[in-house]
Amino acid sequence: MEILSIIFIVGGLFFLIVAAIGVIRLPDVFSRSHAVSLTDSLGAFLMLVGIALHDELGKNTLKILVVLALLYILNPVIAHATIRAAVRAGLKPWKKENS
Amino acid sequence: MKTFLFCVLVLLVILIGAYLYRVLRGPTIFDRVLGLNGISTKAIILLIVIGLYFDRVDMFIDISTGYALLNSVGALAVAKYLEQKGLS
Repeated sequence: MEILSIIFIVGGLFFLIVAAIGVIRLPDVFSRSHAVSLTDSLGAFLMLVGIALHDELGKNTLKILVVLALLYILNPVIAHATIRAAVRAGLKPWKKENS
Repeated sequence: MKTFLFCVLVLLVILIGAYLYRVLRGPTIFDRVLGLNGISTKAIILLIVIGLYFDRVDMFIDISTGYALLNSVGALAVAKYLEQKGLS
């Protein structure tokens, strides 16, 4: 069980590192939002499932699943609200010619 | 297991530093809001891993739930305000 939890946590860390590289390297707010919201959700899912597998089943597992459901509801809502504000403010998506 | 969890904690703090670079440097204000949202997700995971490290998962999960709820309300308020205000 402990080996399984370590595998899940390392997988989640891989996705979180990919998200951090994307948020530094990508050129535009829209592409950055793409990197952050998708990869962050999968990384958080893998890490929290690994932490839930580490303990034996009980109250803590249920609480971790509640935090996970909360993240999966609230993360897309916040990303969508931010990007909609960016579009309505008149930001144009990045194109290769203007750089 | 303790050493592994400590390495995970250090790596998460380094990732928060990467997001902080985007928050300080971002060209528009939406980049900064996006970076803060990423930092909040990392902070929730960081709190739960700290709880695992000190064997007090039951207490730290409650703290992280409260942090997630408060942060979501704040981020939504900032996004709605910026949507009405525009870029300038």
